[in-house]
Amino acid sequence: MLPPQLSAENFHRYPPKARQLAIENVGLLRRLPLGFVPFLLKEIILYDWKFPAEQHELNGQIAYLKGLPDERRQAEMARFAKLQLAAQLEAFDWVNSPGQFLELLSAHLWATHQTDEFREASEQYVHKFYAAFERPALPVPRLGIVVLGEGVGENRYSLFRKLRRNGVYFSNVNPANGLDAVVETVRTRAAKYPQAYAHWSIQGAAKIVAPGVTCVSYNELTRVRGALAEKMRAAYESPKFNPEVLRTVLAQVEPASLGMAGAGRDEKLDRFQLSLLTEGSGTQIYSTTFVQWAAREALRRAQPLTLFTQYAPRQKERPMNELLTETGRTVATDPEGSLIDGDMGAYYTWLNQQRLPGAEQSRFLVWFEGHGEAVAIGPHVKAGTSDASAVTLAELLREIA
Amino acid sequence: MTTMPRRWRGEPSTAREVAHAISRSRREFLREATGAVATGTLLYPYPLSALAMPRARKAVVVTFGGGARDDETFAPDGQDNIPHMLAELAPRSTFFTQVINRGILGHYVATASLATGVYETFNNFAKVSPDHPTVFEYFRKDLKRPSTDAWVIAPSNGFNRIGESEYRGYGPGFGAGVILPKRLLAAALANGGEGNFNHLLRDNYESSSFSPVVGGNDVELKTLSDIFQLSVADFVAHAKSLASPDELSVYIARQLMHRLAPSLLWITLHDIDVAHSGAFSLYLDGIRRSDRLCAELWRMIQAEPEYAGKTTMFILPDFGRDSDASAGGNGFQHHRTGDPTSRTTWMMALGAGVRENTIVDRPIESTDLVPTLGSLLGFSPSLAQGKPLPEVL
Repeated sequence: MLPPQLSAENFHRYPPKARQLAIENVGLLRRLPLGFVPFLLKEIILYDWKFPAEQHELNGQIAYLKGLPDERRQAEMARFAKLQLAAQLEAFDWVNSPGQFLELLSAHLWATHQTDEFREASEQYVHKFYAAFERPALPVPRLGIVVLGEGVGENRYSLFRKLRRNGVYFSNVNPANGLDAVVETVRTRAAKYPQAYAHWSIQGAAKIVAPGVTCVSYNELTRVRGALAEKMRAAYESPKFNPEVLRTVLAQVEPASLGMAGAGRDEKLDRFQLSLLTEGSGTQIYSTTFVQWAAREALRRAQPLTLFTQYAPRQKERPMNELLTETGRTVATDPEGSLIDGDMGAYYTWLNQQRLPGAEQSRFLVWFEGHGEAVAIGPHVKAGTSDASAVTLAELLREIA
Repeated sequence: MTTMPRRWRGEPSTAREVAHAISRSRREFLREATGAVATGTLLYPYPLSALAMPRARKAVVVTFGGGARDDETFAPDGQDNIPHMLAELAPRSTFFTQVINRGILGHYVATASLATGVYETFNNFAKVSPDHPTVFEYFRKDLKRPSTDAWVIAPSNGFNRIGESEYRGYGPGFGAGVILPKRLLAAALANGGEGNFNHLLRDNYESSSFSPVVGGNDVELKTLSDIFQLSVADFVAHAKSLASPDELSVYIARQLMHRLAPSLLWITLHDIDVAHSGAFSLYLDGIRRSDRLCAELWRMIQAEPEYAGKTTMFILPDFGRDSDASAGGNGFQHHRTGDPTSRTTWMMALGAGVRENTIVDRPIESTDLVPTLGSLLGFSPSLAQGKPLPEVL
């Protein structure tokens, strides 16, 4: 099927809000090329479980495309329309399985050397859309806080090397009550600027709960991760196994099948957490990867005002000789490796925060837990400098906020 | 999967500019680190006689896999991770700062493209041979070399068909022997009644999984006794002293070089690809190990009489990894965006007939390797798309 053949009936399997959105805009969808429309459908089909910021952007994107005069829309879609697509792709059920279609499209674009053209076309389109997209003003500048290094005594790694260039390096932070100060800051902001999914706490170990704060924790998902591991093991043992088949299997996992069911659950958050485990690579194995990826996805999707992430020691990667000799069978942790993982994760969290609107006013703080090192970034601090004066974390937080 | 980028702040303006910036950064860093000479003003090709080419040349190709970025290697932040390449190998090498891979950025298909000199387009995860003749087939057919003279040591089951294509006129009978050390080890352990070690067959880090065993011209357990004259017990005992599959690969390479002294040896390192797990520290560990193993291979070449003085060694990543600036990716973790950082890598050539302490800035392509090997060893890779590199001929 091709986009001009779309009708309202094609969306009867979509969830209620997604169906309504698709039907309301079927006229637009018909006029978009096959190299583009599944990208939009992949977002629309998940509309019911999207965070408010995502819904706002998707609505904005549809309005942007609808608002373009026909000739201009065709010009914007020209590069997508020119992509050479195989008949197999046209025959695929891209309406009901847009995600799987995009897997196939991706493979096809790579194999036919059209990836670069597609990437450039996408960049061009996204630039134009965001230039035209109006967003509401933020009630308060964004604040990202990363705490890392739990369990590390002496550190020989050159910490915060990338972040120091963008902020002030503090070398004499009093670590006493540091975590309490961070949690209090998050709690205060959540109370003062109450919005759905605007304040997040992402933990590599146990959950930190606060009113008005969306909480995600690696430990909290232990049972879900176990159930998912069983599904993955079954997929591995299938004679049809390959990584692409595995991805398809993971994409079809429903929250309820992993025990995420019952009254009072936050279905949007369940779906989000499930996606961290099914779409993220390594999130099932390493808590450090989980925290970094969860922060990336929370920023990308929910665009929070406050994001607090805390890394915990991940499990140790066992070297081959240990595996062979079956020594070290007890699951050990690797605090030093986790510190390095967290350091890079903090840098990526800052980069991703800077991709959001209001970046020029955003604040960021990273702290080596239990130690005296921290980096603060914000519009009022001088990048690439250091400060050896004694300071508490509460004072630092007040200073950048 | 293909995704739409959300936002693009601070992105370099064109792919060419990014590739050039990467090249410039590598050149400047290497020059500072090693005092190397840039070749911009030199004329090519060098007169062959001046380089005193030995006869019966050999070549060893090492892919620095699976994919490392400049940020963690040749950029200033990365120098701590590659002390051996900087101090021992770079001063002895001609270093190409800008190797572009225009093909599919999956490890098997990209390595196959390196080995055929053609950008292969098959599915990276398919259990297929390359579509075009491999360097091993050209080498053996043109030079009438026996099967023992060309070998591949590869990381996983997925590479088991890399030794030969099914191209008419080449294909079965002309390829290289393929050794999959992890598979050999798993077989040895099973043979010794040491239980099921299938987890060792983890095939690629993208899925943290292992694949079922598949066919191909890879070498089975019998290899241990027939070729290496090694008992299963000795092999297993040695493996138990090694930290990673790449160390096992280098151990196998040492045995091959010592016993058979193949003229064409291809070693695919893969530990670095643990980056897909998202653990940055493990990725750095992989780079440091690969750096050490490359130096170890170079020393092995110098120490083996069959190789010393007549072997050219090439070290190159199959491709890079995504840039931190690409909003559609997740930095070092993957190589999915196809951005210039993931397509632009480097190559080090050192050994017989190669100028030392030399930097080449002009862009070359990863498909140039096979024609260069052809010119070095004296065979004609007629279907390869690349061009021989005069700087190392």
